[in-house]
Amino acid sequence: MIVKNVLPKIVNRKMLEKFVSNLESDFLRCYSSTNHSFKVAEEIKTKRKNALLGGGVDRINAQHKKGKLTARERIQLFCDEDSFVESDMFVEHTCTHFGMEKQKIPGDSVVTGHGLVNGRPVYLFSQDFTVFGGSLSSVHAKKICKIMDQAMLVGAPVVGLNDSGGARIQEGVDSLAGYADIFQRNVLASGVIPQISLIMGPCAGGAVYSPAMTDFTFMVEDTSYLFITGPDVIKSVTNVDVTQEELGGAKTHTSISGVAHKSFSNDVEALLQLRDFMGFLPQSNRQPAPIRVCDERCDLDILILDTIIPPETTSAYDMLDVIINIVDEREFFEIMPKYARNIVTGFARMNGKSVGIVGNQPKVAAGVLDINASVKAARFVRFCDAFNIPIITLVDVPGFLPGVNQEHSGIIRHGAKLLYAYAEATVPKLTVITRKGYGGAYDVMASKHLRGDVNYAWPTAEVAVMGAKGAVSILYRGKQDVERYEAEYIEKFGNPFPAAQRGFIDDIIEPRTTRWRLCRDLDLLETKNLKNPPKKHGNIPL
Amino acid sequence: MSTAVMSHMFLDKNFSNLLYQRVISTCSCLRLEKRRIHTLDPIDKNESTFAKILIANRGEIACRIIDTAKKMGIQTVAVYSLADAQSKHVRKADEAVFIGPSGASESYLNMNKILEAVKATGAEAVHPGYGFLSENPEFVRLLEENGVGFVGPTVESITGMGDKLESKRLAARAGVHTIPGYDGIVKDADHCVQISREIGYPVMIKASAGGGGKGMRIARDDQDARAGFKLSTQEAMSSFGDSRMIVEKFIDNPRHIEIQILGDKHGNAIYLNERECSIQRRNQKVIEEAPSTFLNEETRKAMGEQAVQLCREIGYHSAGTVEFLVDENRNFYFLEMNTRLQVEHPITECITGVDLVQQMLRISKGHKLRIKQDDIKINGWAIESRVYAEDPYKNFGLPSVGRLYAYKEPTHLSGVRCDSGIEEGSEISIFYDPMICKLVCYGKNRNEAISRSIAALDQYIIRGVTHNIPLLRDVLTEERFVDGNISTNYLKEVYGEGFKDEEDIEVHVTQSNQHYSVQIGDERIEISKKDINLANSLILTQINQNELVAMQLVSRNAYGEYEIIYQGTKHNIHILRKNAVDFLKFMIPKPKLDVSKQVVAPMPGLIKNVSCQVGDKVVEGQELCIVEAMKMQNSMISGSTGTVKVVNIKEGQTVGENDILIELE
Repeated sequence: MIVKNVLPKIVNRKMLEKFVSNLESDFLRCYSSTNHSFKVAEEIKTKRKNALLGGGVDRINAQHKKGKLTARERIQLFCDEDSFVESDMFVEHTCTHFGMEKQKIPGDSVVTGHGLVNGRPVYLFSQDFTVFGGSLSSVHAKKICKIMDQAMLVGAPVVGLNDSGGARIQEGVDSLAGYADIFQRNVLASGVIPQISLIMGPCAGGAVYSPAMTDFTFMVEDTSYLFITGPDVIKSVTNVDVTQEELGGAKTHTSISGVAHKSFSNDVEALLQLRDFMGFLPQSNRQPAPIRVCDERCDLDILILDTIIPPETTSAYDMLDVIINIVDEREFFEIMPKYARNIVTGFARMNGKSVGIVGNQPKVAAGVLDINASVKAARFVRFCDAFNIPIITLVDVPGFLPGVNQEHSGIIRHGAKLLYAYAEATVPKLTVITRKGYGGAYDVMASKHLRGDVNYAWPTAEVAVMGAKGAVSILYRGKQDVERYEAEYIEKFGNPFPAAQRGFIDDIIEPRTTRWRLCRDLDLLETKNLKNPPKKHGNIPL
Repeated sequence: MSTAVMSHMFLDKNFSNLLYQRVISTCSCLRLEKRRIHTLDPIDKNESTFAKILIANRGEIACRIIDTAKKMGIQTVAVYSLADAQSKHVRKADEAVFIGPSGASESYLNMNKILEAVKATGAEAVHPGYGFLSENPEFVRLLEENGVGFVGPTVESITGMGDKLESKRLAARAGVHTIPGYDGIVKDADHCVQISREIGYPVMIKASAGGGGKGMRIARDDQDARAGFKLSTQEAMSSFGDSRMIVEKFIDNPRHIEIQILGDKHGNAIYLNERECSIQRRNQKVIEEAPSTFLNEETRKAMGEQAVQLCREIGYHSAGTVEFLVDENRNFYFLEMNTRLQVEHPITECITGVDLVQQMLRISKGHKLRIKQDDIKINGWAIESRVYAEDPYKNFGLPSVGRLYAYKEPTHLSGVRCDSGIEEGSEISIFYDPMICKLVCYGKNRNEAISRSIAALDQYIIRGVTHNIPLLRDVLTEERFVDGNISTNYLKEVYGEGFKDEEDIEVHVTQSNQHYSVQIGDERIEISKKDINLANSLILTQINQNELVAMQLVSRNAYGEYEIIYQGTKHNIHILRKNAVDFLKFMIPKPKLDVSKQVVAPMPGLIKNVSCQVGDKVVEGQELCIVEAMKMQNSMISGSTGTVKVVNIKEGQTVGENDILIELE
């Protein structure tokens, strides 16, 4: 129509021909480009849709049937509503072997991005078991590395939700390279940003070393496993029958191996608890520990603290009773509650501020320090120190555990870890000796000598080189009348005075006043400025 | 009612300096009013009295006795075991003497230790309280030999009444109605069955030396009789050191009504009306009231006069209680006589205005009763709810132990008296009775006493142990109780198999700036947000902008699990975001542990007896071991038939709740 109307006005035929041809090509070009855009838009939509579906409806149903949520559902639950921003949704694997080129799913087997947890940014990756069993391809690794790099730049924690069958065997060595890239970043990020792993499905072989190097590893009971070599390999090599659960289930790792720090009953609980846990951690080592509004008063005496320590020195009490009555709102997030139970570690708040708490547990093995307890507490103390979280230490320790087994397994080396960790820590260190502080273990437990900032003793405290029986057997070797000497020793050393007279403890305080004193001291120590001599890194006795 | 607590907490938190004083002073006024309960025979400061007494007891009753003794100007000496070193009664007393390890048999039941304490402190007399040595004639004899007074009756009275057989004979001789039964000691289980058949089932098998429901079993057939005899014998042995058993006719559906009496050393005796103690579980009293809704003036008088007659017959002096079973036709039968102060004595004090402890001390000193029978009236109504540290959802209460990290008695309310021996920080241990407090509420009539009890229970803050307030509150609002239609079978009849939790409901909650809006079925309620502070243990908030509702927050966690107490009952609430609720349905419920293959300790306690070994073949229902806690023997039976695989326990070992004791293949 337009062409017709214009035609009569055109004189030159040549010009006319040129004009028409121009017009046609314009039109065609225009038409095809629009068409293309539509097609691309459509393709984007399809790819997004496919990415969101992961391995497809059937696989999602299978995942649900196992009592597991999908990678995306987990993110949805973990992050504040609508706060998750995904990256690399269109990344596809590059493998061309074994017919893999025909099976591509946008985003591949991991969802990555960042979101908010209670308003604070966090980077996360969530492995998608419905896509190739969550196996790690080179692009899968690249996606993870990308968000880890960003997290380092920004200074925000990285949370990994692990649910992966292992390496993408079809990719061969590329997959191995991928793991190593992640390991390298885990190490560089260590002590810079908090890294947390939540194992929500299988995690086997080399893959386990990434969670192992993060600060905390949590597991979901009955649905998650961690092991280097699975039951089949173990059977063929050692001829030992063992189930997945026995070998590397949540129970095993939280109570026997100490690989995992805590377990939760199911995905929903694990993710909600993890959200809560994030509230204790700073964003990075450059930032102070977070402060939350505290609704509980911190200037009152807590009467119950007066009656927790039993009158007879040989009977046990629960250090958790002391802890929950000191901290805000009786909230204590215990780390490794089932492993090396003779020492208690965990996070709490004092007047809203995050603190790390370490306490000997008299209820279990008299609160003695053994290899496992030393290692457990040492790692915890180092985490707190790396991330500016003040440490409160509650001491009731009868010493290091005597025994051939302990000596042969290297209690010297392992006990030294805890000593090293406390001595190295520059964060505020507050110590309360509730009862026994015996021998070398007294020195280790954040004593004044290891730059403890505030060291209190309850009236029930007794700081001595050893208990009365042991001391008397050395001091009065071969003498009769042991009981009299023991009584004398107790009279002399079974009280906080010798330590107080020398200034090794700052004050003897009434238990009921502990909470408000510690809150006050923490306020004061907020501006503590202490640096260790410059060095590449110390040489902790690993 | 509820505002009172709120203002206390609220002011404490927000205007601590400004108004706190005033609240406190109001409270102390109430306490003064409360103390004026004992009006009938006020303390006469000119009358001679003991200079110093020792209280051979612990807990609330020791505190109770110390209170009156102090008012009378008597110095007090407390005794304590290891577990009680930091107890309230120790601090209240003028002096305290340590008498040994935590186990009662080595401390509170150790006569020599107590005698030593008496000598060391120079106490003139010993008040035994209830339980422990209160009805032990040997103890009284020992004191007499050493020239120490005993605040209680004579050795003869205790011996006569302490023995079920002898007491029945004496009662019959005094013209008191008695229950038909076998007049002698049961030799063994076979003998027990034979006697039971002769009397005719149902029968009651009980310890001759017993009391307080311990060592008592009902048998409805031969098998029961055999089992009952065995268990009761063991319980009696451990509780009283005397395993003699008697058998008598069991009266179905009776009421337990008892008459409080006072007698002096000059032959005067009076009765102070009755107490209705029918609300019992396992023969232990839960709620008592005075007077009884069931007695008419005529029956009351008849019972009272028979009780006094018995007193005269045996020359009884001091306070005592004659217990009767009353059947549906108001026939009453002598059950036993308790020759001591009863746990539930405060309700009698409330309605009569008599301080029983004061009278006991006067009588013991040799003074005459100044109160005459005509002086004794019934003024108002009193209800005692025994607040126990026990889980009411397990068989009406299995003991719970722990440390009270928060504890506030509702004594700011009027007409409330709390007799307790614990305070914040105290530990309820496995060694003694798990009673937390006797909550006594007094009103001008029964309805007022009930409503005051309910208000008091709602505002009672107890944290750290499981307690039976849910059960108490439920009984106090239950129709049959409110109508006064009760018997000793009440709990079993009303609550059937046990006191149970209610079902779960799901509600949808949305929030705006000021409110939470809750959709429950067709109803929508609005809850004000601004008053909710989860750091407080008491939450007072407005519902639908007018109704003020009190709730107690017990615990919460990041998984959205909240425990709150509302109207006395603990509710578990799971608060989750919508998506979490949706996802929760994919979570596989954890399989319950197959408990039939395991015997798990239902409560902390002491292993009294292990009756199987590894490799033994056992059948379902067979007894495998006995766990004793707070002197109650609990027979642990096999949940299935099989072979014993593991025995984790030894006799005499202490176990914790949910510890696995024995496992089967």
